[in-house]
Amino acid sequence: MNSLLAAGTSPEFALPSIEYRLISPILLVLGMAVISVLVEAFVPRAHRRVVQLVLTFSTLIVALILVVMLAGQRAVTAAGSLAVDGPALFMQGTLLVLALMAALLVAERGVDPAGDAFAARANALPGSIDEREFTKRGWLTTEVWCLFLFSVGGMMLFVTGTDLLILFVALEIMSLPLYLLAGIARRRRLLSQEAAMKYFLLGAFSSGFFLYGSALLYGFAGTVDLGGIADAITANAGQNGLLIAGTALIAVGLFFKVAAVPFHQWAPDVYQGSPTAITAFMASCVKVAAFGAMLRIMYVALGGVRWDWRPMFWVIAILTMFVGSIIALTQTDVKRMLAYSSVAHAGFLLIAVVATNEEGLAGAMFYLLAYGVATIGGFGVITLVRDSTGEATHLSSWAGLGKRSPWVAGAFAVFLLSFAGIPLTAGFIGKFAVFEAGVAGGAGWLVVAAVLASAIAVFFYGRVIVILLFSVPAADGPTVVVPSSFTAFAIAAGLSLTVVLGIIPQPFLDLAEKASIFVR
Amino acid sequence: MSTTHYLVLSAILFSLGVLGVLVRRNAIIVFMCVEMMLNASNLAFVAFAQQNGNLNGQTIAFFVMVVAAAEVVVGLAIIMTIYRTRRSASVDEPNLLKY
Repeated sequence: MNSLLAAGTSPEFALPSIEYRLISPILLVLGMAVISVLVEAFVPRAHRRVVQLVLTFSTLIVALILVVMLAGQRAVTAAGSLAVDGPALFMQGTLLVLALMAALLVAERGVDPAGDAFAARANALPGSIDEREFTKRGWLTTEVWCLFLFSVGGMMLFVTGTDLLILFVALEIMSLPLYLLAGIARRRRLLSQEAAMKYFLLGAFSSGFFLYGSALLYGFAGTVDLGGIADAITANAGQNGLLIAGTALIAVGLFFKVAAVPFHQWAPDVYQGSPTAITAFMASCVKVAAFGAMLRIMYVALGGVRWDWRPMFWVIAILTMFVGSIIALTQTDVKRMLAYSSVAHAGFLLIAVVATNEEGLAGAMFYLLAYGVATIGGFGVITLVRDSTGEATHLSSWAGLGKRSPWVAGAFAVFLLSFAGIPLTAGFIGKFAVFEAGVAGGAGWLVVAAVLASAIAVFFYGRVIVILLFSVPAADGPTVVVPSSFTAFAIAAGLSLTVVLGIIPQPFLDLAEKASIFVR
Repeated sequence: MSTTHYLVLSAILFSLGVLGVLVRRNAIIVFMCVEMMLNASNLAFVAFAQQNGNLNGQTIAFFVMVVAAAEVVVGLAIIMTIYRTRRSASVDEPNLLKY
């Protein structure tokens, strides 16, 4: 934004310098999202699904290759509003890998006899004659693919933006498609619509906080550039009302997005009500993107006043870890349980933000990757356990699943072990890296609290594993559907990444460490 | 008038928006309150642009208006779907999602 307008008295437009090569992955994903809208308009209905699938997967794969080719780049581009640096590229790569896995779940149409996971037509009233007619004709809501690509593009922008305006716009590009995706489930449509409304109202509410916080920081610094804000903080040492209020409001906006207590109430409802494939996408990718932006804002712009915001983050982190772990214990629905577990993970990740050091950044990036692959795998398993009404998500109906389908139950158990942070899984390495960074960053007591919260979490994940593997199966329990290769591949990828990251983490940790410097 | 007046007004509008989201029960009104929060931010941006002597704040206000318009499209679509299903736009009535 800075140099977009010639400052001061002569408001003439200066042509911004944009290095297109550096932002090619983002441009590709967003450009293909636009083309995907055109596909909806011009390709006949019978061919749309195939065209959209080819377009989405090739876009995500090519973007991932572009990100890998950019590795090692450190530059601020697009008139100082995008920072293509180590953390940005690492998280873009993470997002694309996770988005590919989530796209496999979204593409699945073998587990539901009626078609894929989305309503035949989102505007047909639930239970109406129209709805039955559309379903009978086998119509599909292929618009999910445009929304999916736009959302991925927004997330990639969100971890790259180094300017509060870009961050706000990226936040909305990421969130708006997700609000819609949450509301178009084929089964249990009332739940899905309710989830969409809750997600939308609370999401819009939180972006209001984020924007007002940006306005106050702009008032304080005279610029929305993160580096510029950091310079302004160095220039005006001491307390400043605008600075403190702006920091608090921006933090509140981000706490909503990562579902930190007490701003987490939307998460269980939205995770439960949305189509499970979308829940997987949302739970993993939004967490990566929101923590990416939070780390960048807190490290780059507000690192100079960390003694002011750290106490707030301490309190929120402790509350989030404990409330998430304890309430997860009482849940009877598998999706809600994973939602509270993701709340608890947000608490562990906040330790990395509090640490404000390079180890914290590297640890958080590894943790997000480990958490993301296990989350998508876990929700992938949930899509397979079904009864006549759709997915059987009640925990009691999962009892003794291991006796009937040892592979599926075993995979779910591995994901839970990774969430719990048991050695030889990715989750352990992630937790260890974050806790180590916390101690190095002077947050020793916070880490002690986190270890206690982990113990509670281990107890509740263990309880689920015991129910899953060792209890007697119910007579009229759900069946485990054999999926097409889409879901099978997604779960297999989640499983192998979880184990590989747990057994040979060093190359990935080295990569995260090398990538752990923000440019400004 | 100094910029302080505008900032106070924007703070009042923002607080009214927050309060409205928290206490009102009709989804449309809640949504209008969210829009009011965004517009309060716009007012603050423009006032600060005047105070800081650069145009960034005014440009940002345009971006925010576009984003707010996109948000209206998505939000009204969701609220209308809910209304058609339930014949009500209350945020309390859809309460199937709980423990």
